[in-house]
Amino acid sequence: MSVRVILTIARLTLQEAARRRVLRSLAVLTVLLLAVSAWGFSRIDAEFGDLTSGEARLAAAMVLNLVMFGLSLIAALGTAFLAGPTLAGEIESGIALAVLGRPVRRAAILLGKWLGLVVFGTGFVAAAGLALLLIVRGTAGYWPPEPVTGLALLAGQAVALLTLALLLSTAISPMASGIVAVGLFGATWVAGVVGNVGVALANPGIERIGTVSQVLLPTDGLWRGAMRCFQDPSLFAQFGQAFEAHPFLSIAPLTVPYLLWSLLWVLIVLALAGVAFQRRDL
Amino acid sequence: MSAAVWASGLRKRYRRRTAVDDVSFSVARGELMGLLGPNGAGKTTVIKMLLGLVRPDAGEVMLLGRPARDPASRARVGYLPELFRYQPWLTAAEVLGLHVRLAGLTVPDAERRECLGTVGLADRAGDRVGGFSKGMQQRLGLAVALVARPEFVVLDEPTSALDPLGRADVRDLLLSLKERGVAVLLNSHLIGEVERVCDRVLILDRGRVAAAGTLPELLGGRELRLRLDEVSSDAERRLKEVGELTCTGEEYTVALRDPEVIPDLVADLVALGVRVHAVEPGRVSLEERLLGILRAGGER
Ligand SMILES: Nc1ncnc2c1ncn2[C@@H]1O[C@H](COP(=O)(O)OP(=O)(O)OP(=O)(O)O)[C@@H](O)[C@H]1O
Ligand SMILES: [Mg+2]
Repeated sequence: MSVRVILTIARLTLQEAARRRVLRSLAVLTVLLLAVSAWGFSRIDAEFGDLTSGEARLAAAMVLNLVMFGLSLIAALGTAFLAGPTLAGEIESGIALAVLGRPVRRAAILLGKWLGLVVFGTGFVAAAGLALLLIVRGTAGYWPPEPVTGLALLAGQAVALLTLALLLSTAISPMASGIVAVGLFGATWVAGVVGNVGVALANPGIERIGTVSQVLLPTDGLWRGAMRCFQDPSLFAQFGQAFEAHPFLSIAPLTVPYLLWSLLWVLIVLALAGVAFQRRDL
Repeated sequence: MSAAVWASGLRKRYRRRTAVDDVSFSVARGELMGLLGPNGAGKTTVIKMLLGLVRPDAGEVMLLGRPARDPASRARVGYLPELFRYQPWLTAAEVLGLHVRLAGLTVPDAERRECLGTVGLADRAGDRVGGFSKGMQQRLGLAVALVARPEFVVLDEPTSALDPLGRADVRDLLLSLKERGVAVLLNSHLIGEVERVCDRVLILDRGRVAAAGTLPELLGGRELRLRLDEVSSDAERRLKEVGELTCTGEEYTVALRDPEVIPDLVADLVALGVRVHAVEPGRVSLEERLLGILRAGGER
């Protein structure tokens, strides 16, 4: 497989992201989110000024996670709606015919697209996430314990989702693949929250819903790991029960097996996409 | 040297519908081969199977001496798809650059610009493809097919969106490819275009090869068209002596076995009192021949 082809296509995918409206809408959404969060954090600082610093920090951690969730949602939507059309759309419109008429392997084209999207998603999460963290520090004076790991996990979440969108786009129409990917993303998030309720109620049946969905699609598991990296560990000791069943606070840290599974999951889905694309008649 | 393309026993079904059924043919190096047939005959499907874009259910393809399963076999192949679209967010020059890179070549800038020039897009090189008209996109497609120094060019209806001038340009382009020894497979519904430039023709009908051969082989002998007046039965007998006769009103057509008989025939007709208004040597046109083949196939 040719590295030249993979890099050429990766570059092309980034160029596409930069030149199409996706990037502009993403930028607008992100700036909006950052502006709102800057205002929100300055309010927290003003309102909670007379409360104990622990409560202020809890509020800050919660709101940070809320905004981070918004950010990860933008990243997920952005990459999923970039990943879907990029393959299915090109097959539908006929752009793929000319490209695949060249001496290239389909797997190389797919890998190139994936790589381009990964760079795009990771770059977005890194830039927007860092901006957000700096805003929080500037306004509320809060700095999370593990910012780099947290952002890496968020990027991992985006990668998992875009890989899924790529697989879907080898089989179904451009828009549908984006929508289905985002729908599944939302569904696992809800399942994760439901699972947390199960933990709070000590109901293993409900708890399992969250666990199973986090194995099937690791976006929610990675998101919960990321949340944990953004909240101060001392808060947990202080406000234990506030964390139970809370969608924007997390108790359990990520385990290494789960991280490995997530990595394997991405590879499996990518391989499946490769097989589906290889077999596809254009 | 190996053929530009050699295909044997190609078959393709889409669900219950057979699109291509046992198609075999080859195009020699430097040869211009026309691919004809009605809508849905399977022409585009055959082309896509040659290029590995559609997986054949059966059959074998060799491209420029290599099995077509190997992507490297397409290194020296240029392709203009029937449904052509190019990355709308790129400029024309960038699209060419992309294809050169994918082909694994280095083609100097001047040569790329010249390539855009030959399809009439020299002054639009820096414009986004998204803003191109359909015909301009097809011209760009031709440039894409030609830019990576191909030895075999596959054109699937290259003039479908072109203006008359563009069609004439494509004809010149095809002839210049032939001069340079580049093999071409040309699928077109413009039979005149095919007849004028192609060495050989392959006619598909309902997924099967209905006829194949060089133009003289397919078109057979020449014919003579006459416009005559006051034709006696003697004159008619004289006409029938030189070949099969068909007449509608004043128009008489004889399929000539030997073109050398024309002067004697005309002299005899005049001597027999026939008033001769016009004598036109003709050839069965490819269009007539194609219609004949397809109608005969339809009756079966
Ligand atoms: N992707 C597909 N799915 C289902 N059927 C298809 C597909 N592609 C082609 N076919 C069928 O295969 C047959 C041949 O189609 P093809 O496009 O090869 O025809 P063609 O000779 O190129 O026709 P035209 O002159 O209209 O371009 C048609 O009956 C068509 O319906
Ligand atoms: Mg066709």
